[in-house]
Order: sequence, then C-alpha cells, then structure tokens
Amino acid sequence: MPATPMSKAEREQGDARVFDLSQHSLRELNEALHKLTPGSNETAWEVLNPKGSHSVAVGVDQPITIDVRGSVGYYCAGMNDGAAITVHGSAGPGVGENMMSGLIVIKGDASQYAGATGRGGLLVIEGNASSRCGISMKGIDIVVHGNIGHMSAFMAQSGNLVVLGDAGDALGDSIYEARLFVRGKVESLGADCIAKEMRPEHIELLQGLLDKAGVTGVKASEFKRYGSARKLYNFNIDNADAY
Amino acid sequence: MCGIVGLFLKDKALEPKLGAMLSEMLVSLSDRGPDSAGIAIYGAASGNEAKITVQSPKPDRDFRGLDAELAKAIGAPVSVAVKSTHAVIRTTPDKVDAAREVLQTLRPDIRIMGAGEAVEIYKEVGLPEAVVERFGLRAMTGTHGIGHTRMATESAVTTMGAHPFSTGADQCLVHNGSLSNHNNVRRELIRDGMKFETENDTEVAAAYLSNRMAHGKNLGEALEGTLSDLDGFFTFVVGTKNGFGVVRDPIACKPAVMAETDQYVAFGSEYRALTKLPGIDNARVWEPEPATVYFWEH
Repeated sequence: MPATPMSKAEREQGDARVFDLSQHSLRELNEALHKLTPGSNETAWEVLNPKGSHSVAVGVDQPITIDVRGSVGYYCAGMNDGAAITVHGSAGPGVGENMMSGLIVIKGDASQYAGATGRGGLLVIEGNASSRCGISMKGIDIVVHGNIGHMSAFMAQSGNLVVLGDAGDALGDSIYEARLFVRGKVESLGADCIAKEMRPEHIELLQGLLDKAGVTGVKASEFKRYGSARKLYNFNIDNADAY
Repeated sequence: MCGIVGLFLKDKALEPKLGAMLSEMLVSLSDRGPDSAGIAIYGAASGNEAKITVQSPKPDRDFRGLDAELAKAIGAPVSVAVKSTHAVIRTTPDKVDAAREVLQTLRPDIRIMGAGEAVEIYKEVGLPEAVVERFGLRAMTGTHGIGHTRMATESAVTTMGAHPFSTGADQCLVHNGSLSNHNNVRRELIRDGMKFETENDTEVAAAYLSNRMAHGKNLGEALEGTLSDLDGFFTFVVGTKNGFGVVRDPIACKPAVMAETDQYVAFGSEYRALTKLPGIDNARVWEPEPATVYFWEH
C-alpha cells in the first residue's frame, strides 16, 4: 500500500524528528531511539523510506510516538515498552514480538507471528494477519480488523486476541488462559481449545478493547469466545492422543 | 534461510529490463544466503532454435572449438556463446537430446544447467552481486525469470548444488526450505526414468514437477501434487516456457510476499526484494496462502 503522507496538522506541528532511512542507517535510528531518557522533549518521530527494513524501532522504552511511512520487514517494534508506533504500510514477520507495553498500529497487513510472546500493550492490525498471530502471547492484547492465519494463539498464555474477520486452522492449539474473540468463522480449533460462553464480563472486556483499538460499527455481541478446555495443562497419559 | 525471487512480465515494454529488475531483486536478498546464487531467464521462444546452458570448471579448455566438434557430431548447425564459466549452445530443437548425449563424451567435465527453447540458467558459488556481474545478467532481456540466493542446509556448496534446478525442457525451480522425504521420492522418480545430477533435496522437487508434467499434468496440477507428496518445508517458485507458479507448504514458515500490477507479477522472500519495482507503492501486495497454488501463464 502507498505510504500515507503526513496530514497538514502533523506537518504544522513541525516538531517531529524525521529520520530518513534512505539517508541514515537503521542502526543510527535505533541508537537514537535507545538514547532517549524520561522527560525528553523529542516525543514525536517520523521514519521515512523503511522499504522493508528489518528491526525498525525495536526496543523503544520511552512514551514517544513513531510514525513509520511505508512497509517494514522482520521484527518491527519488537520489545516495545511504552511507545505508540504506527506503521503506515504492512509489516513483515514478528511485528511487536515480545511487546511489554504501549501501542503498535499496522495500517496494512502483518505477516506471520505478529505479537508473538507479547507481555503487554495493544497491537492493532488494520488489515489481515497471517499464520501464528499471537503465538505464545503472555498478556498482550491484539486486535485484527481482518482475518488471521493458521496456528494463531498457539500456546497462548494470557491476554486477549480479537479478530473481526475469520480465523484459520488450529486456532488456540494448546492454549492456556488467553481469551480469543472471533467475529467470523473459525476454520478449526486446535487441541484443547473450545468455544465458550460470552458472559457479561466478556462483553464488557471486549467492548473496552474494541473502543481502545478505535473499532466502530461492530458490537461485542457479534463475537464468539474461545479458550482453554484446561485438559492439557499437565501431561496425563490418557490425553496422549490429544497433543 | 535462502532468498528467492520471481518476476513475470505482463507489459512487453519491460522485457528489455527483465535482467536488471530480477538482478536487483536478488541482490537485495543477499543476506538471506551468501553461499551461491543463480538466475533462470526466459526469452521469447522462436520455435526453430533450442538452447542448452552448460557449465564447465575449465571453460577455456572445454568451450574452445566446441561449436565445430558438436556440429559435426550431431550433423546440425551449432553456435556457442560463452559467458564466464557458462556457455549457451544453440542448435535445432530436434537435436537437443543428441547434443546432450554427445556432450558427455566430447566434454566429460561439462555440466548441463538446463535446456529448452526459452530458458537460460546461470548459477555459481558466490554472492548474488558477483554472480550477476560474472554473467552480465543485468543486460538480459526476457519475459519472465526466477532467482535464488542460497544458504545451504541439505547438500554441499557447489555450482551444481545452487538453484535454479532444471529437470525438464524449459522447466526450473527455486526453493526455500528443506525436504525430509527427498530420498524416497528420488528413488521413485528414478524408477520412473528420471535422472539426477546431485544429492540435493530441491532437485527432487524439480524432478517431481517435471515428471508429473511429463505425465500430462499442467503446472498448476503438478504444483498441487507437491502438497501431498513432498514432506518438509518449502516455498517453491517455478518457471516454465510460458508460465510462472508459486506454492507454499501447509505450515508456511518460509516467508513469501507477492505483488501484482498491470505490468507484472512479482515474488520475493521479503518485501525488501520488491521495493524497487516500478509502481510498487500502488501494487496489490499480499502474502500467498499456505497450501495454495498460484500460477500465471502467457
């Protein structure tokens, strides 16, 4: 998708630090981001010409905003701890891997294992996510406007995965305590993952997540909830066939 | 790892730039595989000429006088165009099998990279940039092509272990991944008359497709068969005389991105490989689905 140009308001704001990856190396960008300390005035950053680069804005640990204008490669915004990072394009594998806190928004699609092992924060994917979305998630919230691929939320431990579209094969295989909300159809459920009742507290939780992710025109009641049947927590020889 | 690329042109105006575009795509993925690299380029087939791309470890010795000796042996006109360690031998289509046979005795050290009416295949050990330079690939014209940069896992780093692998006329294949049942499939294919040059797993995938197409399947059907008959990790990009296909195994852990505009269909292991293509910002860009066959034909 074409990179979204800065809005007039953003340009007039004028204080964003612009980093052009066609002029500077990725390492320079990430070093500059890592040098930021609490209270820094450089709270708005813009990254130009990412052109599929790997590891853009990984390991940011200050509450700044970063707008990446274009598509990125592997591991964008990994380990994010508090920043609000928007990719105005699509993201390669492993976007937001192990996020601790903060917000990541992908305007396009995300490749495999988006949000893998994430411990906190919110990852919003406005397009589709491919396979293994939220694999081993440990507290992160993920909201996908489109569809997700197979083996998503594999061994998911905690957090919430919200999918407005459909889910691929083996959703939530070997899941622990994460909650999965899917509005469309689920191709198949993985081992030990079952459909569960949507109780009022789940509607409330889901509505809060939809609001936080800026989703409008969609009701929490349109989703189904999936989670763990809790039969595979500990190895039991009687369940050997289920693994 | 390994990096693979493919480019299928719809717009004839881009044909003079095919080599340059494909080379750029491949070089951008150098860090996915520094061992060896290769490109197969398809030019327009004229119908009255066939090409055999050959490689020699001693090109000065093996290619000298080859045109005259081969022409005499097969009784047909032969031309030999040398490019570094490779040479493209041109003759009439009905003499290709005879030429291949005779080459084994005329020049025992020569290895055949591929043959057909349209395809030329260049591959060597080294970085993509070095391979592109060595064979002047940027200057090549054509309708479609595929390329590969290798990080070896299954067999030795040699010219013959580099991709693309060609096992049938105008057919070739590049692969990212590794196959686990290749020995068994190779044995079955040998029983059905297929010949192998290496111990490499990818050569088995290429031969599998050639074998299925020889049994009357089209490219799409042959690719469909890989999903049930080949075990392991794979993203394949395949070229035929007038076509270009892509398939990923059901697990689909080997990356793949595709882009399509009115001018071309492009494949890259990563989006990075596509960023210099014309009109990429407005192209339809997507990740090919697992266990799904995609193919285009002219």
